[in-house]
Amino acid sequence: MLVSAHIAVWGTSLLKLLAAMLLLIGFAMLAQRRLLTLIHLLAWQGFVLALGTALVALLTGQTELWYSAALSLGLKALLIPAVLHRLLRRLKVRGDVEAVINIPTTLLLGIVLVIFAFSLAAPISALTGTITRGMVGIALAAVLLSFLMMITRRKAISQVVGFLAMDNGLFFAATSATLGMPMIVELGVALDALIGFVILGIFFFQMRETFDSMDLSHLERIREE
Amino acid sequence: MTAVLPLDLAMAALLSWLGLGLLGFALGGYQTLACRAVFPLSTMGGLLLAAAGLWASTATPDVLQISGPFPVLPWSFRLDPLSGFFLILLGLLAAAVSVFATGYFRPLPAAALRRLFLQYQGFLLGMGLVLLADNAYTFLVAWEIMAIASYFLVVTEHEEEGSRRAGFLYLLIAHLGALAILLGFAVLAGVQILQGGSFAAMMQAQLSPFWASAAFLLTFFGFGAKAGLLPLHIWLPEAHPAAPAPVSALMSGAMLQTAFYGMLRVDFLFLPQAAEWWGPFVLLVGLASALFAVLFAAAQTDMKRLLAYSSMENMGLIMVAMGLALIFRAHGLNALAALALIAALYHALNHAFFKSLLFLGSGSVLHAAGTVAMDRLGGLIQRMPQTAFFMLVGVLAIAGLPPLNGFVSEWLLLQAFLLAPALPQSTLSAVLPLAASGVVLSAALAAYAMVKFYGISFLGQPRAHLPVHETGRWERSAMGLLAMACVALGLFPGVLIGLLDPVIREMVGQGLGQQGWLWLTPVSAQRASYSPVMFLFGIALALGVAFVLVWWRFGRPLRRAGVWACGFPLRTARMQDSPLGFVEPLLRIFRPVFQLRREALSTAAPRLGLQLGEPVTAYLYRPLAATAAWLSAQMVRLQQGRITVYLLYSFLTLLLLLALLR
Repeated sequence: MLVSAHIAVWGTSLLKLLAAMLLLIGFAMLAQRRLLTLIHLLAWQGFVLALGTALVALLTGQTELWYSAALSLGLKALLIPAVLHRLLRRLKVRGDVEAVINIPTTLLLGIVLVIFAFSLAAPISALTGTITRGMVGIALAAVLLSFLMMITRRKAISQVVGFLAMDNGLFFAATSATLGMPMIVELGVALDALIGFVILGIFFFQMRETFDSMDLSHLERIREE
Repeated sequence: MTAVLPLDLAMAALLSWLGLGLLGFALGGYQTLACRAVFPLSTMGGLLLAAAGLWASTATPDVLQISGPFPVLPWSFRLDPLSGFFLILLGLLAAAVSVFATGYFRPLPAAALRRLFLQYQGFLLGMGLVLLADNAYTFLVAWEIMAIASYFLVVTEHEEEGSRRAGFLYLLIAHLGALAILLGFAVLAGVQILQGGSFAAMMQAQLSPFWASAAFLLTFFGFGAKAGLLPLHIWLPEAHPAAPAPVSALMSGAMLQTAFYGMLRVDFLFLPQAAEWWGPFVLLVGLASALFAVLFAAAQTDMKRLLAYSSMENMGLIMVAMGLALIFRAHGLNALAALALIAALYHALNHAFFKSLLFLGSGSVLHAAGTVAMDRLGGLIQRMPQTAFFMLVGVLAIAGLPPLNGFVSEWLLLQAFLLAPALPQSTLSAVLPLAASGVVLSAALAAYAMVKFYGISFLGQPRAHLPVHETGRWERSAMGLLAMACVALGLFPGVLIGLLDPVIREMVGQGLGQQGWLWLTPVSAQRASYSPVMFLFGIALALGVAFVLVWWRFGRPLRRAGVWACGFPLRTARMQDSPLGFVEPLLRIFRPVFQLRREALSTAAPRLGLQLGEPVTAYLYRPLAATAAWLSAQMVRLQQGRITVYLLYSFLTLLLLLALLR
């Protein structure tokens, strides 16, 4: 399947736009206080990821990437956010996310991380000749931002969201740098994320039964004195 | 049909031991039958093994390879004269100790006896396999069989806390040593270690001086841990007394010598290009161990602990002889190296016999009196005269008195020392006589310790009312056999030295030549020679003449008078020397070494207690343990209990690694 030249130019620009959106959503998550909005943001990020994958599939003509895009759309943009949504209602978690560090500082730290990620990715980007060139830095920055979100939040659910956002960033890095991992690896990673999700879901219920709260600071008592 | 070879014979003996262990496990319910069937048959196995070893000293070495569970790691065995000599030692010792065990272990309950059979025979098997192994893989597996079997034997009385502690300490040091040996073999064999590290490959290895020294140090550390050299000896005085007497005898007599065997094989066969400092280093460690151990041996109040420290002293002397041999060999004086090696090997065999005799004797005392604490014993010679006689032979032998065997090896060692001026290096030849005086000091102190050992427990009056009785026939015959071996080795040293000739030739390429059975002349007849038979004859003649003269002059008519009681009208057992009182001068002179602590045991009756500290534990192991505990306490701070902090750890690690990878 051949793609005409001007579609390729348009496509590359569009991909850059999507990457920027991914990063932007990452920042939005970092700044967001409400849990419900956080889950919506996660769904949007999954959607952007699916779109990006589909675009790369269109540009390079790899049929496997279409499956990957479909899978991303189904799992990350629809299913997991829906389940999280239900979980939130069933657990009756309300109110704001309490951050360990205040939001402006977190955002500043995020900017530092993005710069770090770009400086790391610079030699890799210089080597790749694919159309996705320059996207590695953005993906890496998205991963690091999600990690930062996991660290700075107190509620267990926001950590799950951070974990899933990290997974999104990783997938984006894979599609952009290597034009998609082999399907089997992709399925494996997706399964890993799903299992982690299930375990954490069970963990939520256990935690609520024990502490009547989702605040992680209750876990501090479980340690060796 | 192929001809039977020495190696086949040795393997048959080892397999018989394995079978006997299983048989004993099966028969354990019938204690008397099991003991009387398994242990005497085990004696036969020991004799068979000794015969194989004897045969190997004249036969050409042969090799046996059995494919193991991993195709690239074969079980590999070889029997050469060096292995043969140690097989003789192990076989004869196992034979005698098994005779003793027949009677000694019979009172055990059935369950304990079942376990004991497996462990005891497994221990013997492990030692035999160590001596026959021909690659690093086989050697280390056998070494671990030996260590684990002996660990279980040490904790035979596992109900007692002290026993378990001793076992743990032993296992810990044994594993440290095994690790060092493994690393040493890896250095020696290089890539070959992945194919099992055959000893033949190690002999051909060309190592740079640095790596040769590394291999030497690692193996010396590893084998030294087993041999109980300073500062790795701390398990020895705990484990030997905790084990049952026959096991202590085997551990002290044979297991320590497997470490010596390992050192000989590595240092003389695998590393022919020795650095000059190896010899003085080994000699110094040996001498320090010997002096340290003999001081502590003299100060002990427990018979078996005293013997354990004395074992360490004897290993120290053997190391001194080996160090001397290394020095001579490094300077190309192979004939003198041969003399020092003969002294070492001779002493190893001697030590196996007299130390196991003494351990078995103290086991008899333990069974008869229920204790081996010397401050409760005394006057045993009246209640157990035969044991006392055999013990006397052992004590005289270990004290190095002619015409018994201990004298021969110490004499040979000192002869080797006296030839040190032949060394081309003047510093060494000037310092070596000092080391020789250290050897003499430790020999003299050993005699002192033995006087205490025998005098306090067998002579004088009983210090406590204990129902003492003579031991059984099996026990006495075993001790008698060992005592006879001590006398024979003392009277006919030429025979053994002739036997050692091929072993020495294998290691330094030169022997002492055949000795006559009567006169022992290691260097030349002009220089020094010794004939134990003539000596015995002379002593007997002098004693006889003196006795006849005294009897003739004062004996007739018999004069009867009241006994002079040294001015004391009343004598009680408490007026005798106590075990600690006997060594009081020594304690005073070497006060800093002993770390004495006095304490009043009770205020009502004036009784003082003395506590001996172990300086190595206090100054080396305690600080080490404290440092480790401190570091662990610091590590606990990392554990915060907050998930976000743990995530932060992994986040920072990730960032650091990414930054490093750029």
